[in-house]
Amino acid sequence: MTGFGFSWHGLRLELRCSGALWWPGGRALVVADLHLGKSERMARRGGPLLPPYETAETLRRLSDEMAALDPAVVVSLGDGFDDDAAAGALEAEALGALGSMAAGRDWIWVAGNHDPAPAALLPGRMLPAMRLSDVTLRHDAQGDGPDISGHYHPVVRLAGARRRAALVGPRHLILPAFGSYTGGLDAADPALARWVAGGFAVVCMHRALPVPLPPAAGQHHAGQAHAG
Amino acid sequence: MSLPPAFADWFARQGWSPHPHQLALLDARGDSLLIAPTGGGKTLAGFLPSLVELSGGWQGLHTLYVSPLKALTADIGRNLARPVADLDLPIRVEDRTGDTKSSARQRQRTDPPQILLTTPESLALMLSYPEAPRIFGNLRRVVLDELHALSESKRGDQLMLGLARLRTLSPGLTATGLSATVEDPGALAAFMGGAAVIHADPGPDPDIAMLATARPAPWSGGGGHYAVPDVLDAVRQASTTIIFINTRAQAELFFQAIWAANDDNLPIGLHHGSLSREARARVEAAMAAGSLRAVVATGSLDLGIDWGNVDLVIQVGAPKNVKRLVQRIGRANHRYNAPSRARIVPANRFEVIECVAALEAVRAHDLDGDDRGPGPLDVLCQHMLLTACAGPFDADALFAEVRTAGPYRALTRADFDDCLQFAATGGYALRAYDRWQRLMERGGLWGLRDPRAARDIRMNVGTIVEAEMMKVRWRRGGGLLGEVEEAFAATLVPGDTFLTGGQTVRYEGLRELVIEVSPNPHKEPKIAVFSGLKLAMSTELSHRVLALIGDPARWDALPADTSDWLALQAEVSALPRPGTLLAETFPYMGRWHLAIYGFAGRNALQTLGLLLTRTMEGAGLGPLGFLATDYALLVWSLDPVADLDPLLDRQGLRAGLGDWLADNAVMKRTFKNVAIVAGLVHRNVPGGRRSGKQATFSTDILYDTLRRHDPDHLLLRITRTEAARGLVDFGRIDEMLDRSPRLDHRMLDRVSPLAAPLMLEMGRVRIEGQGRMRLAEAEAEAMMRDAGLTLTGGATGLDAPAPAPAPARVAAPARARRARPRTVPLPR
Repeated sequence: MTGFGFSWHGLRLELRCSGALWWPGGRALVVADLHLGKSERMARRGGPLLPPYETAETLRRLSDEMAALDPAVVVSLGDGFDDDAAAGALEAEALGALGSMAAGRDWIWVAGNHDPAPAALLPGRMLPAMRLSDVTLRHDAQGDGPDISGHYHPVVRLAGARRRAALVGPRHLILPAFGSYTGGLDAADPALARWVAGGFAVVCMHRALPVPLPPAAGQHHAGQAHAG
Repeated sequence: MSLPPAFADWFARQGWSPHPHQLALLDARGDSLLIAPTGGGKTLAGFLPSLVELSGGWQGLHTLYVSPLKALTADIGRNLARPVADLDLPIRVEDRTGDTKSSARQRQRTDPPQILLTTPESLALMLSYPEAPRIFGNLRRVVLDELHALSESKRGDQLMLGLARLRTLSPGLTATGLSATVEDPGALAAFMGGAAVIHADPGPDPDIAMLATARPAPWSGGGGHYAVPDVLDAVRQASTTIIFINTRAQAELFFQAIWAANDDNLPIGLHHGSLSREARARVEAAMAAGSLRAVVATGSLDLGIDWGNVDLVIQVGAPKNVKRLVQRIGRANHRYNAPSRARIVPANRFEVIECVAALEAVRAHDLDGDDRGPGPLDVLCQHMLLTACAGPFDADALFAEVRTAGPYRALTRADFDDCLQFAATGGYALRAYDRWQRLMERGGLWGLRDPRAARDIRMNVGTIVEAEMMKVRWRRGGGLLGEVEEAFAATLVPGDTFLTGGQTVRYEGLRELVIEVSPNPHKEPKIAVFSGLKLAMSTELSHRVLALIGDPARWDALPADTSDWLALQAEVSALPRPGTLLAETFPYMGRWHLAIYGFAGRNALQTLGLLLTRTMEGAGLGPLGFLATDYALLVWSLDPVADLDPLLDRQGLRAGLGDWLADNAVMKRTFKNVAIVAGLVHRNVPGGRRSGKQATFSTDILYDTLRRHDPDHLLLRITRTEAARGLVDFGRIDEMLDRSPRLDHRMLDRVSPLAAPLMLEMGRVRIEGQGRMRLAEAEAEAMMRDAGLTLTGGATGLDAPAPAPAPARVAAPARARRARPRTVPLPR
């Protein structure tokens, strides 16, 4: 087993060292921020001509996980495409790969800020958000949760390098980006830390390694200020 | 051309007579390369033909002067003003650098001066404008100053491509190269596309020695602070002194140390490339006005700025390279035919040996230098994009033009076409950007698909990829203090103190990517700020050092404390000597270290480091990283190396030449630079510079992706070629092992005297392997334990934190408070 198992709001979950989340109870595989079609979007916008292989690379790693787990449900937790047009510009080869990966499963595209309405004939369903028992699956963490989300591309510094990590807080669980061409936001950044203070991170390396997250100092102050 | 009477009179009025090499340049037909020591009137020699030609009047740009430093163009401008005014010449002299106001730039594009002073980057930029043919169409002369310095980097390659372009725009122009003393003038002449070499009288040998110090050099460290009182004494006795220090961090620290002891309040300034432009200009002006007694400087003052009456140069820290030492010494005493006076201050005892060896080499006129390979293709890719910004070009014509540039004289058409494909479409084998390509061929000419792309391309002009810097400013207002490396900034927490701009400041916080600080004069600074450019010791010098260490009979040349140190090394461990490869295993700071004293130069030892860490990984020793210097390789690991011999087995080492070598941090760093120079990723986007951390991350991913999907891609080829200049072929390691048939491996319980300086070296290379995995596991477990968390239900179970009671109401709605996360690594 390469993942890390834990229970959260009544769900037994496993965080895979690929960065995907596996819910054995519902045979559901959840991935966040695939950002398919990123190189095409950058070129289209007059940016640099990056190696146009990230879609194939991301789908290759996703199909490895699917071969290992055989999920009944696959959820892309938003920003599955770098923008709505990038979905439309997907090559026949990538569309074919997606089609055969989705065959015989329930495939759900949760809408993200990059891809509110993908412009393509994609396999599967599109939803603004969905639920796993008490837990909401949505693109970005909101309110009091409990929810599982992506959006922030969290990373954690461990053994001298920044590494992708899932952040598990009391009310919010934030997954790392699964896509190849994605950067990272440090878990200590206030924009991210405030959702998951007091929880733990699961760092994606050769194994999925749990480490604690610090309680957010900023929140503490905010609380005091509020009390005053 | 002979010297007109008016000019001869002018020389006479100054009390000068023209140097023979100044007259020789005036006589020269075709391109010339002048080799002259500092103070030989080199720059005037370069301009004299222009001044004479221009005395009859000229419409438009006549002479373009290119120097590596902005400061140098300002200095030359001042120096030219005098003869122009005295002789009442109808000449306008202007500079054009990154500091030039945009209104002046605009005017220069429509009404260029007769003489324009610029840098290679600004020239590349000017050549990218559609007006370039008009601006440069009448150009007669190009003066290339400090060509020896430019030729050592890609800036020189870019300049030579620019020169080739200028020759097309204005056929028959004359190029004149000016250079300090170099080991191979012929190679430098070939670099500028062929030129007649003119040698000036090299002048008398310099007066150079070690600075006598009251206290011996310390065991280790790079600061040279022990010598502060002696340096101050020397400054007091000289009229003006330049104190050269190898890195910016050391310059900051030394400047502070010298002011702490400066009881006479001697006016002493600080000058390095990370100070704000205003701060640098103040020091330069004070120096030119003669109001400073000394300036503490890094390489930013290395080059030929005319400081007038500098009569002493002090080099703190080993010079690493004999040629650089000679060129720095030349800064002292601009009176031709008077010996330059220079003193060297080794920073630690190892450097004492290095300094003694370097002095021997200076006296023997034994200059060192490394061969440069052919012109790098990433620079050519950038040149193509910039050329397209000026207007559509014909590929055959551009190929012919590029081949007239010295570094590209042997360029093949296949390589040229690969670069063109890369510039146009990205050059990917499996998938083409046919709709979104950057350059398109229309009617036989290659031009920008979208002319708006010119802005981005121009913003990325240049071939120097520096560490990403962040600005530092006072929290309470008062402007910018300088810059620090982003990697350093990332380690700061509020309350930390550090040195910048010669002051100790307290880190307060980060606002809009600018570091805010407050004054904090009373606290010890935390750490140095810059990793700085690491200077590599030349191979020749490292061989001289080994010969000196290995021969106690020659230790008379060393100070007593240094020979004591070597004697101590011989006692607790052993001395490296020709024929024996000395290695030491010892624990230090919780890691096992292996030091191998190969004295084979940094490149060979770096390659050995990469290969040896692989055999150590195979042996399960958990290597974590290594460091290569010119004389030793240091590897640290979780478990000790007890038996080195099998790890150095050549068959085993050789097996690592494939994947392991391709997958390491050195290659990724090289790829990043290549990707930026070639224009695969942009370092500048409108609105500011992207953060380096994000860039590093993304280019590593791009490197891995290309290796998997497109292993023959042009940029991977360039990366391999480039790395091969830093990582030598296996033959050099064979040679080192052959040279030292006997292995002397010592097991020690602590750092040996010889290894101590290694602990402070910069340039560590991390290894991602089992060692790093074990370390991550241990770190994670320790953090969990410290937090009082334990794993339940076996190795993979953990009960998540109990759902907290409903959190305190938050004052503002969550959404409104959410800052936009900085998560996207690549330009949008």
